[in-house]
Amino acid sequence: MIRKTILIAMMVYTSVNFAQKIKGSDTVLPLAQKEAETYMKSNKTAKLTVTGGGSGVGFAALVDNTTDIAMASRKIKMDEKIKLQDAGRAFKEVTIAFDALSVIVNNDNKVSQLTREQLEGIFTGKIKNWKEVGGDDMPMVVYSRESSSGTFEFFKEHVMNKKNYASSVLSMPATGAIVQSVSQTKGAIGYIGLAYMDKQVKALKVSYDAGKTYIAPSMETAKNKTYPVVRPLYYYYATSVEKTVKPFIDYVLSAEGQKIVEQVGYVPLSK
Amino acid sequence: MKTFYKKFSERFIEGLLMLSSSITSLTVVLIVVFLFKEGIGLFNQKPVEPGYVITINKSNKVKELSSAQIKNIYDQKITHWSEVGGTHDSIVLFQLEDIGNYYSDEQIGDNMQNLSYCLNRLVDSLPNIIAFFPDKYLAKDFKGTILEVDKVSLTDFFAGKEWIPTAKPSAQLGVLPLILGTLWVSLGAILLALPLGLAAAVYMSEIANDKVRRIMKPLIELLAGIPSVVYGFFGLVIIVPLIQKTFNLPVGETGLAGSIVLGIMALPTIITISEDAMRNTPRAMKEASLALGASKWQTIYKVIIPYSISGISAGAILGIGRAIGETMAVLMVTGNAAVIPHTILAPVRTIPATIAAELGETSNGGLHYKALFALGCILFLITLFINLTVEFISNRKKHNKH
Repeated sequence: MIRKTILIAMMVYTSVNFAQKIKGSDTVLPLAQKEAETYMKSNKTAKLTVTGGGSGVGFAALVDNTTDIAMASRKIKMDEKIKLQDAGRAFKEVTIAFDALSVIVNNDNKVSQLTREQLEGIFTGKIKNWKEVGGDDMPMVVYSRESSSGTFEFFKEHVMNKKNYASSVLSMPATGAIVQSVSQTKGAIGYIGLAYMDKQVKALKVSYDAGKTYIAPSMETAKNKTYPVVRPLYYYYATSVEKTVKPFIDYVLSAEGQKIVEQVGYVPLSK
Repeated sequence: MKTFYKKFSERFIEGLLMLSSSITSLTVVLIVVFLFKEGIGLFNQKPVEPGYVITINKSNKVKELSSAQIKNIYDQKITHWSEVGGTHDSIVLFQLEDIGNYYSDEQIGDNMQNLSYCLNRLVDSLPNIIAFFPDKYLAKDFKGTILEVDKVSLTDFFAGKEWIPTAKPSAQLGVLPLILGTLWVSLGAILLALPLGLAAAVYMSEIANDKVRRIMKPLIELLAGIPSVVYGFFGLVIIVPLIQKTFNLPVGETGLAGSIVLGIMALPTIITISEDAMRNTPRAMKEASLALGASKWQTIYKVIIPYSISGISAGAILGIGRAIGETMAVLMVTGNAAVIPHTILAPVRTIPATIAAELGETSNGGLHYKALFALGCILFLITLFINLTVEFISNRKKHNKH
């Protein structure tokens, strides 16, 4: 009896001791959860706990040493880098998957392609009518995510050339709400993750070379890197814990792990 | 002995009751103090992120820029120094991420040990540069000018027309569109809900027979139990397209959609409370009125409503309170564009929706965080003001009557 309790106590102790903590971006969360589940199934001794909260939360936890891996849907910012340096912690960055953003419009909209410059004009409020980009004479209704979302920042940096959104842009609390609104508003334009794409709305072809080639968003074009509005998703970890986290990260990067990436709706790393 | 015990237990219960009421009041006071402490801290901060500096070349004539000017420069709406009182040269924008365009990784060093030296040289060599970087990398012998940025002022905050709290390098914290949006939506809601609610209350307390009342009352009270996100989704899927089609608008997410949803949400409060107040009119008063030959409608209009006016206004206050403080339903239907509304048929952004949507990702104690608490203070003051006004009005009415 006593031996049994000691054994259980030891098991609890070791599992607590070796549980790896993964924390950060809510975009990466569903993927990390799925990966952790399957990893723990095939690897009985491993213990992983995954929590969300946002990319910023993950980096803060990495600085405070309260997580082993920080998930992020954006690159580490300069000030976070400085904080890590001040704490004397070297870190490594691993790209684990990609997320493609589709620019969507209403199904009745004639326009089917836009350049990056046009998108910048639309979201900064310079272009206000669809006829300016070759569509019908109707006012544009621009939808974006709330400023707390990682997609908001990504779109600002990569599509809008770091300029600020116009004040007249409508901001929605969730991606689902954007799809709903765009599907019922004729002059609407918005952006969503590729995984949320459905038939209620139309995805636009996008050109990053001033209109020479237009690429439609899809799993294939995102995989072969021709589609430009793609953002990497990252894991960050301190080099001091590399030994303990390495097996899991190797699993994520393996063919099996990358299969899960596609199941969750993100774009796997191309080999 | 028995009486002593009885007395003691009574005292004990009285003590408990007092304790619970004082705990409640204390909690309210503590929350208000916390709210204002965090909110007022905003005015001690600069709109530029702490730990960062904005610098220019020392030959530049410009010495000071407002927060709005900085934002417009980085948005490339201001492209020449002449527009802000300088020379006729175009502005060269620089942020720390751009350092790779000027210096190689080797020049900066593995641990960024040469970064401050590089930044110093860069700002010194380009006469038209405006550079934004952490003050940590400000060299000791820095040769440029560090721009002075004023603290967030009351006028900037209350009269500013742009709410872009995440703008870099300088946040735009104008709350005028948010305050107006909140008032607009709440006003619309109460204009819709008050007449409808009052009419329903009069019908239920005076006209409807018992059978109808027994079905209707629980039905209306059920409205109060529906989660607000359900109202929000209902609004987004049903009311928003309806408004868009009816008024032939480019966009259906408008202040009116918010007003309708909030009006529906405020109805149960208004109806239940004012109906209870009307039913509390003494039977003697009603019968006296009828005996004097007044019709049913005259009795309602001249006796019941004046008698129960304080209850009705209490219902109205609580209804407005719900409308002003509601977050989730409004967040989903009003479109949340932070522009000053000129009509109720345009998208608006309300204060509670802003706090709900943004507070989760702000850094604790930062500028954005404090700005959202300051918004909370404004909301608190608006509600307080409405409560006091209605209290004042209903008190005066009572005095006139006697």
